[in-house]
Amino acid sequence: MAAVELLATTALNRHFGGLQAVRDVQFSLRQGEIRGLIGPNGAGKTTLVGMISGRLRASSGGIAFKGRDITRLKSWQRVALGIVYTFQVTSIYPNLSCYENLALAVQRRLPGGLAIRFGGGEGAIAGRVAAALARVGLEEDRDRLAGELPYGHQRLLEVAMGLALEPELLILDEPTQGLAEGEIAQFCTLVREIAEGATGATVLLIEHNMEVVLDLAERITVMDRGAVIAEGTAAEIQGDAQVQRAYLGT
Amino acid sequence: MSVGGRVLLLHLGIVALLFAAQFVLPAYHHGAAARILVLAAFAVGYNVLFGYTGLLSLGHAMFFAAGLYGAGLSVFYLGFGAWGALGLGILSGLLLAFLFGLVALRTGGVAFLIVTLMFAQACFLTTLYFNEITFGDQGFVISRQLGPLDLGLAQFPFAEPAVKYNMALAVFAACFAGSLLLVRSPLGRVLVAIRENEPRTRMLGYDTWRYKLLALVISGAMSAAAGATYALLFSYVGSTFASIQYSIYPLLWTLLGGLGTTIGPLLGTGLMYYLVDVSSGLTSAYLLIVGLALVVLVVWFPKGIMGALRERWLPWLP
Ligand SMILES: Nc1ncnc2c1ncn2[C@@H]1O[C@H](COP(=O)(O)OP(=O)(O)OP(=O)(O)O)[C@@H](O)[C@H]1O
Ligand SMILES: [Mg+2]
Repeated sequence: MAAVELLATTALNRHFGGLQAVRDVQFSLRQGEIRGLIGPNGAGKTTLVGMISGRLRASSGGIAFKGRDITRLKSWQRVALGIVYTFQVTSIYPNLSCYENLALAVQRRLPGGLAIRFGGGEGAIAGRVAAALARVGLEEDRDRLAGELPYGHQRLLEVAMGLALEPELLILDEPTQGLAEGEIAQFCTLVREIAEGATGATVLLIEHNMEVVLDLAERITVMDRGAVIAEGTAAEIQGDAQVQRAYLGT
Repeated sequence: MSVGGRVLLLHLGIVALLFAAQFVLPAYHHGAAARILVLAAFAVGYNVLFGYTGLLSLGHAMFFAAGLYGAGLSVFYLGFGAWGALGLGILSGLLLAFLFGLVALRTGGVAFLIVTLMFAQACFLTTLYFNEITFGDQGFVISRQLGPLDLGLAQFPFAEPAVKYNMALAVFAACFAGSLLLVRSPLGRVLVAIRENEPRTRMLGYDTWRYKLLALVISGAMSAAAGATYALLFSYVGSTFASIQYSIYPLLWTLLGGLGTTIGPLLGTGLMYYLVDVSSGLTSAYLLIVGLALVVLVVWFPKGIMGALRERWLPWLP
């Protein structure tokens, strides 16, 4: 199977005042792969994916998704195209039940402009919400307020919301932060399922837990101080002198 | 019984109770109730925007006044009947809300609040400026021009207390049912999500700007329906109804009854009406009493009466 390019950025930059958080990043993803994105704190990982998902505007440079220029599209338009971001800092609706949280994601994907239509369709929504809850093992928490869940479960709810949006490109920003050992293993299985098969999603995984990255990612991209400094298989990355310097500090 | 069934029964029960009340209420309270029902429809409309979508407006008098003047002027100058006047009144509020939204929704938070305030003030001044047409704060009376309510089979003169009451109830019930339907629909869910966290809602793929505009238009149309009905039933149209006072009232009514609850606006409007009524009979400093009562409420029931009920005992209340 020929490798189809799903996403490509060209000379992407982002400044915050005088600080250059992302510098000339040339970055591309193959359809169906699981890519790890690593780098020390403050390397610019969240900023880079923020621009890809449309949460942040690029200072300069371009982004193409499936060959189409999306640099100027709003975040909600990119979601419609299938680019979904799950937040590094858990961002759910704490005052709403888990059901309501997931229903918001589910109904966005139901056909027929359901959100505009009054009433109806709740049966279809309920069915999909139940499936989404089961996928991350939160069936018991359906009617609890999301803010009352333990932190690890809130992360899982966030991932479930991302999945319910039926992403083509799923960006996970440090998803295992705060998860227990067992939950991490369960989570890795889930990510592999997401990426599996011909219709599987492409996953971009930002992760500090190296075990998880090595377990899941086929290729790894390393960032430091706003720039991409290396890209390759796990073995290639581990042997890279520049990467070692970035992590050990000079 | 399912939650949906319970909710439906409760709301139907309230409307049925209000219908039955007209046969037992003494004349004075009968008249007061008709006024309360119209004002409660205004509060229901306000609640859609502030209570459910989280957009705080201090300018809703302009939508009420758009309905009031839309209906009043068309009866007074154009000889419209009740239905035409009501329709034009609602349309005025709907259009005003749409155009206003196109401009004001570019802002958020405090800036939005200020824009609503300024815009409403401009509308108020407009009613004064064109006093050759509107008679300014003196206002005008439409009872001579307004024909009876035509229901096809029969004609009902608006001077009849029973006509006032049932027309008020019909308009209130329509807004009440509309708001219940709205908040239990997928659309209402998105509005609540915008209230809770707008940036997150955008990242779920919703064009939140369009939803806010829709909420504003629904809210403006309901407020205008109340304003138009007010003109028809009580026959007086004046610029007082466009003043800041009538922007603050619906805020207080919904806060008192419970922000973001379907029943709160009715409860808050009724309580406040009688609070003012009773205390103004006792002392000329009645606003002080009303103010104190509000402070007590905000301290003890920050979520309003229905909000407190929902939090403590009835979590299924919409
Ligand atoms: N909104 C902002 N305003 C100002 N500076 C910012 C902003 N967001 C990020 N930065 C800065 O940009 C740089 C890159 O931050 P970013 O969050 O992208 O790093 P990261 O690689 O995701 O780090 P971490 O591993 O800690 O999440 C940091 O120096 C950060 O302080
Ligand atoms: Mg980060």
